[in-house]
Formats: sequence, C-alpha cells, structure tokens
Amino acid sequence: MEIIVCVKHVPDTASRIKINSDGNGIDTSDISFVLNPYDEIAVEEALKLKEAQGGKVTVVTLGADNSVSSLRTALAMGADSAIHLKSDNWTGDSYATAKALADEIGKNSYDLVLFGKQAVDDDSSAVPQMVGEFLGVPSVSVVVGLEIDGSNGKAEREVEGGKEIVEFSLPAVISAQKGLNEPRYPNMRGIMQAKRKPVNTVEVGVADSKSTVSQMEMPPARSAGKIVADVSELIDCLKNEAKVI
Amino acid sequence: MSVLVLAEHRNGELKKTTFEALTAGRSVADKLGTEVCALLLGDGVDSLASELGKYGADKVLVGNNSALQNYSTEGYAEAIQSVVSSQSATVILLSATALGKDLAPRLCAKIGAGLAADVTELDVADGKLVAKRPVYAGKSISKVEFNSDVQVASLRPNVFTAQENAKAGAVESVDVNPGDIKALVKDIVAAAGKKMDLSEANIVVSGGRGLKEAENFNIVENLAEVLGAAVGASRAVVDAGWRPHSEQVGQTGKTVSPTLYIAIAISGAIQHLAGMSSSKFIVAINKDADAPIFKVANYGIVGDAFEVVPTLTEELKKVLV
Repeated sequence: MEIIVCVKHVPDTASRIKINSDGNGIDTSDISFVLNPYDEIAVEEALKLKEAQGGKVTVVTLGADNSVSSLRTALAMGADSAIHLKSDNWTGDSYATAKALADEIGKNSYDLVLFGKQAVDDDSSAVPQMVGEFLGVPSVSVVVGLEIDGSNGKAEREVEGGKEIVEFSLPAVISAQKGLNEPRYPNMRGIMQAKRKPVNTVEVGVADSKSTVSQMEMPPARSAGKIVADVSELIDCLKNEAKVI
Repeated sequence: MSVLVLAEHRNGELKKTTFEALTAGRSVADKLGTEVCALLLGDGVDSLASELGKYGADKVLVGNNSALQNYSTEGYAEAIQSVVSSQSATVILLSATALGKDLAPRLCAKIGAGLAADVTELDVADGKLVAKRPVYAGKSISKVEFNSDVQVASLRPNVFTAQENAKAGAVESVDVNPGDIKALVKDIVAAAGKKMDLSEANIVVSGGRGLKEAENFNIVENLAEVLGAAVGASRAVVDAGWRPHSEQVGQTGKTVSPTLYIAIAISGAIQHLAGMSSSKFIVAINKDADAPIFKVANYGIVGDAFEVVPTLTEELKKVLV
C-alpha cells in the first residue's frame, strides 16, 4: 500500500504567542517548532498500516526550510522518504496549500493520504478535505478508528455525542484525531537512519490564495477576578452578579 | 447576490447553531443589501422549514433526496454547489460543528471559494465578508479578508447570539443531486452515557490532575449533572487515561466558549488556558493560590476540591432543583 502523509511544522503548544511588528503574523523568534501533534498520529497510523500490510510511507510538507526537521522526525519514526515543497509566495491560505499538495500527490501513486485533523497553528481543519476534492477522492475527517481491507476502508469519525461509521473506497484522504493511536517516539536507531533517508526538495509556485490574514491581534486580556471565601458566596456571585445560574 | 445559510439538523430537530448562523447571516445580508436563503438538506425534512423564517430567512430552500438521509461530505458539497449557482450566493455560512467543519472546506475547493473557519466575529467591508477567528487555539486572533468572489465562513457554536427576526421564510423545494458518493455513513453510534457535547454546551465543568485518580472524577460528574453541564478534562488527565480524548479541553483538544466554565483542580497550563479563555465566566477551584488558572478566573475558591465541590453540588441542588 502506498501511503502519503502530509505534515506541518508548527509552534510547540507550550509556546507563548506574540504578534510580529507588521501586525499580520506571529513573532517566531523565541518559538520552538515541532511536528504538528495530530500529524504524529497520522504518521503512526501510516506506519501501522505498512507494518501490517506492507507498502511504503512518504511524508510531504509545504513550508520553509526549517520544516525539514519535522520531515526528519517522521522519517525517524519510520517513514521511508520525504518530499519538501518549497515556495516563495506561500501565505498559508488553506485553498492554495491544498492545491499545491494535491498537485504533488497527484504525480505519485497512492492508496491513502493521511493528515492530522488540524494544524495547531492555523486551526482551520480544512486542507485534508480540500485535498480530497482536488484529487477527486473521498475524504473522512476527525477519524478515531481506521480499517483498510484491499480497496475498501472503514473509519470511525468523531461527531457531537458519538461516532459516525463511514465506509469508503480507496484511494481516500483521512484526517487523524487524537485517540486513533498512540504515536511512537523515534528511537536512536530511527534517528540515525532518518539522516540517510531521501528528502526530495521541490520548488512549487503556490497560486490562487483565496483569503489573506490582514491583521493579527491578541485576544482580549482576562484579568484575575475575585477570590471568594466559600461556596455560598460563589453561588451568590454566579446568581446575582454574573447571572449565569 | 444572496447569503446562503446551511440549516443543520439532528434527530429531526434543527440545531441551536442553525439559529445562531441565521441571525449572523441576517446581519450580513442587511449590510450587503441582499436576502437570506436558508438551505435544508435531507430526506423528508419539509417539516423543519417553517421555523427558519422566524430567525431571518427570506427564503427557505428544501432539498430532499434519499441519498442525503445521512450526512456525507461529497453528497452535501455536490448538492450545495448547485444551489449556490442557482441562487447566485456570494456568502455561505455554516456552523463550525463536526458537520460544518468537515463540509465547508470540501465545498470551498469545489466552488473556488475562500474559507474562514471557526469564526467568532463577522463583518462586511467593501461588499465582502471580513472575519475574525481564533488561531493557536485562541492565543491570538486573525482577521481574514477574502480574495474570492464567493466567501464561506463556519461560525463557532455558542458565540453568535440567536435572535428572532421574522421574515417571509417562503418555502421552495429544490432539486438536489448528490452525485457519486464514495464515502457513506453506515451507522451513527451514540457515545455511552454521554449527555452533552463539549463544544456546544452552555456550561462546562472540567477536572484536572489535582483530582489524584480517575475514580475521583465523580465529583466533577455530579456537579455537571446538577448544572446540566458537559464534562471536560485537562490534557494531563486524558494522557493518564482517566478520561476519553473527546473530553479534552485545550490546544490539542476542544476549544470551548461556554457561558460558564468551572475548572476543578486544574492548574492552568498555557495550552489549557488557550482552549477555554474565551468562556464568558470562569470559576476556578484549586488548593494552590498561585495556580495560573486564578489569573483568568472571574471567581476563585482556594481550597480542597474534595471538600469544596461536593458542598457546591449540594448547595446548587437546593437552588436549582
């Protein structure tokens, strides 16, 4: 089975976010970047499928030069090869991102394309489903259970208050949610091997951005409220001051 | 030109988020000087149409098709595409629910539209939608402008207030063709014993590592039951296997904006605060007076959760039940 996993290099979730001096992005100077946590789950699922059924796992990212370190993390976990899509005019718009990824994926043979269900920077949860449409294949998002049997698949998708059981034909796009598996940590042998695995850099033009982030701001600051003495004072405040109960 | 709002329903009832999206759509349409079309898709959903006019729909389009009985990404996207062109819709609003978050991107890719996902503020400038949306799980807010003719936004549940504003709500049936569906929902399984969904709940009661062990979560559940609240959990508690992943609040879990968020024995790691700081009121109960959670809480009790929470539950029973 040929599996492609699309990943993104994102700020660690422990990062404090500051706005850059242009006011339209974040200041990345003090931030450490990691493989997007949901993408770790996607890589793990690909490796499990390969271990069970044979095949090859290719990881793909679109991003700046430093995103190669997330590709190396995926290679150290056990992926076979990597593709780094590089662009001078990529602004992060989901549509343009998905188009560039789908164009590259379409040049390869694939049975399954896996994503994390969202990147923890932009939080749009959009690129996987868009890639599905651009490739003309079905997509199932927010998946917490996956079975592949020949050219058919069955996924459990998390919805409000339960799960949808979705049956689909391959090739397909799947986005992984926490709970699908427990991602492995790369071991020393994996890390050493990853250094020798191929990372193919491809220059791409990212065209057709449909949206622009024109400004970024910090959320309204919350200030500490009051410490109440006991439960009855708390109930009084909730009832008469906040009026929420 | 028109504003198209997808009416979402479950178990034969319109969802509350549909009225929120309709109210927002009405406001956008008034600014653009155009009309609001609500779109109902399903199989035999005519009876739901009459309610939509009350919240500002000029027109209610009903697309019945047996293939749309259950939601499907491809089928819904295909059906909406034809309605977008027949109605000349330039703005499409959905709710950022499991359905809306799945569907909106596929639709955008199909019709060449830009997307603002999980939006918390909407406005109009120069005849186009302008949206604000939390990124980095709410650590910052992006302002999104569109370069495309058709603009799509999914709206975060619980943020836009639903307001009655009766319009004609003229019901029309439309032919919808869901096309070739390659991913089909075969079954919908309800989670065992779960009453309320986290991201749509008005009140959320969450527990953290300070509860010491999984069994002690019953004090959180009891309080949630009295309040009719959803139960949430910190990442530490989910990683320890005490609670399911679906209950996690924070940057690698759910981002919630309830009216009331009660954090019990949660210290307030930055990734947790990101996921709940947009709640209207926050109550923190923690024995460590220096816990970061108190810096964002409207009301705090410094004390042992095992004493405070059962008392709170009992006292609330007297007030509420």
